[in-house]
Amino acid sequence: MLFKKNDSTKKEKAHYLSAKETRAIAKQNARIIRELEKRKKKAVSEEAYTTQMRDENNIVEFDNLHTYFFGDAGVVKAVDGVSFDIPKGATVGVVGESGCGKSVTSLSLMQLVQGPRGQIVDGSIRFNMGDKAFDIAKIPYADMRKIRGEQIAMIFQEPMTSLNPVFKIGYQMNEMVLLHTPNCTKEQAKARSLEMLELVGIAAPERVYDCYPHELSGGMRQRVMIAIALSCNPRLIIADEPTTALDVTIQAQILDLLRDIKTKIDGSIMLITHDLGVIAEMADYVVVMYAGRVIERGTTKEIFENPLHPYTIGLQKSKPVVRRKVDRLYNIPGQVPNPIDMPNYCYFKDRCDKCIGKCNGEYPGFIQVSPTHSVSCYLYEDAKEEKNV
Amino acid sequence: MSNIEETKVTEELVEETQTENTSDAILVVKNLKKYFPVETDFFGRPTKYLKAVDDVSFEIKEGTTLGIVGESGCGKTTLGRTILRLHPATEGEILFEGKDINALKTKEMNALRPSMQIIFQDPYSSLSPRMPIGEIIGEAVLEHKLVDKKDLKAYVLDIMKKCGLPYHYYERYPHEFSGGQRQRICIATALALKPKFVVCDEPVSALDVSIQAQIINLLRDLQKEMGLTYIFISHDLSVVEHISDYIGVMYLGSMVEYGSTQDIFENPMHPYTEALFSAVPVPDPNVKMNRIILSGDIPSPINAPSGCKFHTRCGKCMEICKTVAPKFKDYGNGHKVACHLYSQED
Repeated sequence: MLFKKNDSTKKEKAHYLSAKETRAIAKQNARIIRELEKRKKKAVSEEAYTTQMRDENNIVEFDNLHTYFFGDAGVVKAVDGVSFDIPKGATVGVVGESGCGKSVTSLSLMQLVQGPRGQIVDGSIRFNMGDKAFDIAKIPYADMRKIRGEQIAMIFQEPMTSLNPVFKIGYQMNEMVLLHTPNCTKEQAKARSLEMLELVGIAAPERVYDCYPHELSGGMRQRVMIAIALSCNPRLIIADEPTTALDVTIQAQILDLLRDIKTKIDGSIMLITHDLGVIAEMADYVVVMYAGRVIERGTTKEIFENPLHPYTIGLQKSKPVVRRKVDRLYNIPGQVPNPIDMPNYCYFKDRCDKCIGKCNGEYPGFIQVSPTHSVSCYLYEDAKEEKNV
Repeated sequence: MSNIEETKVTEELVEETQTENTSDAILVVKNLKKYFPVETDFFGRPTKYLKAVDDVSFEIKEGTTLGIVGESGCGKTTLGRTILRLHPATEGEILFEGKDINALKTKEMNALRPSMQIIFQDPYSSLSPRMPIGEIIGEAVLEHKLVDKKDLKAYVLDIMKKCGLPYHYYERYPHEFSGGQRQRICIATALALKPKFVVCDEPVSALDVSIQAQIINLLRDLQKEMGLTYIFISHDLSVVEHISDYIGVMYLGSMVEYGSTQDIFENPMHPYTEALFSAVPVPDPNVKMNRIILSGDIPSPINAPSGCKFHTRCGKCMEICKTVAPKFKDYGNGHKVACHLYSQED
């Protein structure tokens, strides 16, 4: 070894787990996982997961959702009490940094969280099926297949890896149609697939239908993904960072397409992104997430013109904007806390520059600022009380 | 530095350039070409080339930042690497402080390496997972014999402090750090050699917004402190605008527009630059951009279109664009554009 160890580094390593501790945690977690898996594999009747929507105009209501990952080093609370609604026909943008739980929220909605380690442990996701409503957190695996893809479709981040490289585009598109349409012939499925390819603005659908994914560019692949997602007329499309892997000029094309399609199919979009610019342009409502929790939600106008939570403010100030010159970017000090042992006070407290005495208390609840705008921060508690008086 | 001072300095620089052309430029690139052979004939002679960098010329003054923007596959990264002779150039000259890098022998080049450094895009794959941070930063310093072995630790800790890394990170391994911290380590590794010139190859694109701001501020502080010259390669226009003094816009291996940041953003001349700038989403719901949406994808650089390479996607395409390649001309104040729209007016 080139350098001698000094005592300071030894102290730093004090929080490392020993093999014995890891084994104990793993054993305990395996027990919890087994319980939860058993519940999901059991076939239950429809009544068991039918619920009532709080508001009929919503397509999805997340209610106090908890999705945890049971790892060998401890429990990662990826989603820790998330509640928000997606109204019918609206675009809801979910923003946050990587690791804040925005993708896990959407995967929970699709029941695609990587099992058996990842589990929905608490809360409900109410999904409006028109005449009835289901609680997705309680649906067993077998019944979820009828909803996934047909009622809720998803566009993934990487168009490069989400298509199967050994099958032709046409085959992959037909697969979806054949699976979800009863008594559908192959010819009907092909016709439907070609129609979808045309809808997403592919100039030569016949040619693309016979292509393999590697023959298409990134933008084209993302169009194919959108076409597949749309082919069963879903009520809700989840777009998980649909343009992050694409260039700006191609991003502009895809965003234009998504906006266009939303009006055509009359569905809702849940748009997940870390780009505030994309949100401002596309979304009607914005949900800001930090470390597995929603910290602020409101209409796009409210969030951008009157951001309240110090994190939202910091996020907006730290992004350089074209044609808006600043001498020095604002930076939020520090980094996101370790997801394994989260503090029991506000998660943002250690990075916050507007900290007050109350912040040492437990995690702040939601404070309604306007009918659509709510924030989870102690700074605004007094303002609200004054209004009530 | 205030605006007035800046303009004064640039005026002085302009006067200097008129008298002696390359005195204040730390790096001059002349007609640089980098072709990669993709197909060979029976005897192994290349028959087809991928023209990654095709006839690019520019110069950078000491202590300034040149931002290079363009879509993926336009040759930004290859340009950055060719300048440092990580790839040998096919043709053209790279003059670093007056010396032609391509003509140097390996030994001479190695002696020059500490003054030209690069920060790579992906902080997850550019650090050796088996070495502690202190060794990673110190390795090149020892190799180039910048300090004695006994002073090494103090030297490395000093560099780490400058880059915002606490001293107890010295013996930790890269997997223990988040993306932002790793990028700081990469920056420290590059700066430990006391370089004059650093190529930053998308240093912030793998990072989150709040961490991005930290790294950008760090790069700017270090530039002021150590008088560094940067080439800042990025596809994110807002970041490039923030950090750069000059901007070069690349498309399919060629530079289509070059000028000061102010000129490029206030008066973009090339249709590609205009489209690129209008495509950037603005985080303000009240701004409704008059968006120019380019049709189609970026063509393959192996069979690049004839004439102006952009003519297949250009909204203002004319007959001449399809056959004749436009010249890279200066239209005042160092604002250079390669487009027929302007050359006809003269």
